[in-house]
Amino acid sequence: MRTPLDRLRDSLLGVWSVGAVVFLFVPIFVIVLFSFNDNQGRFNFTWQGFTLRHWADPFGVEGLQQAFVTSIGLAALTTVIAVILGVCVALALVRHRWRGRGATGGLVFLPLATPEVVLGAALLGWFLTLGFIRGFVTLVIAHVMFTLGYVVITIRARLEGMDVHIEEAAMDLGANQLTTLRKITLPLLAPGIAAASLLSFAISIDDFVVSNFNAGQTVTFPLFVYGASRQGVPPQVNVIATAMLLFVILLMFVNLGFQRRAARRQNRELEPTPALGL
Amino acid sequence: MSSGGEATAPRGKPGGWLTLRRRNALLPLALVVPGLLWLVIFYAIPIVSQLWISLQTGNPDDGFAQSWNWAVYPDSISEYSEQLLRSLQYAGTATVACFIIGFPLAYFMAFKAGRWRNLFLLLVVLPFFTSLIVRTVAWQTILTDDSWIVGALKTVGLIPPDGRLLATSFAVIAGITYNFLPFMVLPLYASLERMDRTLVEAATDLYASRWTAFRKITLPLAGPGIFAGVLLTFIPAIGDYINAQLLGTSQQYMIGNVIQSQYLVVREYPTAAALSFIMMVVVLAIIAAAARLIGTKRLSEAAVA
Repeated sequence: MRTPLDRLRDSLLGVWSVGAVVFLFVPIFVIVLFSFNDNQGRFNFTWQGFTLRHWADPFGVEGLQQAFVTSIGLAALTTVIAVILGVCVALALVRHRWRGRGATGGLVFLPLATPEVVLGAALLGWFLTLGFIRGFVTLVIAHVMFTLGYVVITIRARLEGMDVHIEEAAMDLGANQLTTLRKITLPLLAPGIAAASLLSFAISIDDFVVSNFNAGQTVTFPLFVYGASRQGVPPQVNVIATAMLLFVILLMFVNLGFQRRAARRQNRELEPTPALGL
Repeated sequence: MSSGGEATAPRGKPGGWLTLRRRNALLPLALVVPGLLWLVIFYAIPIVSQLWISLQTGNPDDGFAQSWNWAVYPDSISEYSEQLLRSLQYAGTATVACFIIGFPLAYFMAFKAGRWRNLFLLLVVLPFFTSLIVRTVAWQTILTDDSWIVGALKTVGLIPPDGRLLATSFAVIAGITYNFLPFMVLPLYASLERMDRTLVEAATDLYASRWTAFRKITLPLAGPGIFAGVLLTFIPAIGDYINAQLLGTSQQYMIGNVIQSQYLVVREYPTAAALSFIMMVVVLAIIAAAARLIGTKRLSEAAVA
């Protein structure tokens, strides 16, 4: 039975939760708002009127375009390498029994639990010891290292939820392991691969700490913003950040649409299956 | 791998230079070796090599040579004890703040939000698709001395007329709390959502008060989530240096700031390596204890829930 006290408690809980979400969005609101700020001079800290001029010229600051392109390329290359390596590791962890499986699972997880400053510093120390020149290549190496674990965990969860009998059925019907992988496992894994790719792309493009240590002369978008923060971050940075957020929201809607369509299709196909006795 | 050999050889008989059984035994190895090598060469060895670097002596201009200088550990701990303690204190405070803000939110999402649940989940995650650095710079804008919020707080007397928010411990802790809040909320939500609510009904049917039911049923069942949330907030928070850098001054610097400047500015590599090795050992000890208590798999799943 709900007493007035219960109702009061529930509404307090609701108010608190909405408050927490508002707290999360306060800086987002400021970022979007100040992308329209008609600022005079270097600083973009006080509101001085509405303008669209930064949106008309998003790369109107020296170095910003280069940094942005570097970040996109870095994130794309990182994602491709990390997803290929990660799918293989996840397959080995879930579908095979071998010695050292537990230890490998632990090693995959450890970078996620290591403070970023330690990841960055350790890798820099190692590159210095080896005499590596730091730049785009060392950034790719570093980014694959810290996104790999996220890929493996995402793919592993998907693989564990998959019905292993479908793969066994394919092999019983004479498909070899490679054909089974190509025609059964990978298509069923596709949503997991998509999720893992999005995750590693998002983590890579936003990385500051590890890049700060290992970039050398290469400038990524977060490094550009950090460098600019000492002399005042130009409003164009807000424009790019807002545009990237809008892009993510768009992707989420597209994904939602796909999921709805897949769910509908599955509902249609599910009805006749009991007749097949599966 | 060629599938041509398999087509000519009958199944289950020796085909090509490998028998099917040996091939089956080698397959997991072939799958795991590239990823594993990457992690060994670019994660495990670098972490261990920090110990090697930390024991060297020398200077940035003439280079460093190995001299097994173990004194670097007591020396750097005593020289940077202030920043070490501050890191623990800031990370601890921020973790508690994350829990106080995050637990009611996770509870609300799991049990009370109804059809708004997915929207809330989305709203919790969405801000983190904007660049971390840009968000922290936005906090600078919000907390800066002549901002609306600081002005409003001065008018109502919450901060003195000559007081400020930016460049204080409060700003740094608030920034860390903001950054790591989802790392607390998501594991909490995952463990609460999985919970069997009929247990709470059973408890209240048996005359437990709401509070007793919460304390004896909900909290213990949310235990693993609380544990994972605290860990996932505290560990990254302890190494953070962006918030102290952008929202604080050298009076608020944490151990991450010291490692960063020793490596990248002063180029005093042994000290930086020693400090980062100490941090890794502490974190490993925490993780090992946690893994023993709840298992690595649950811990890692909570990490990306």
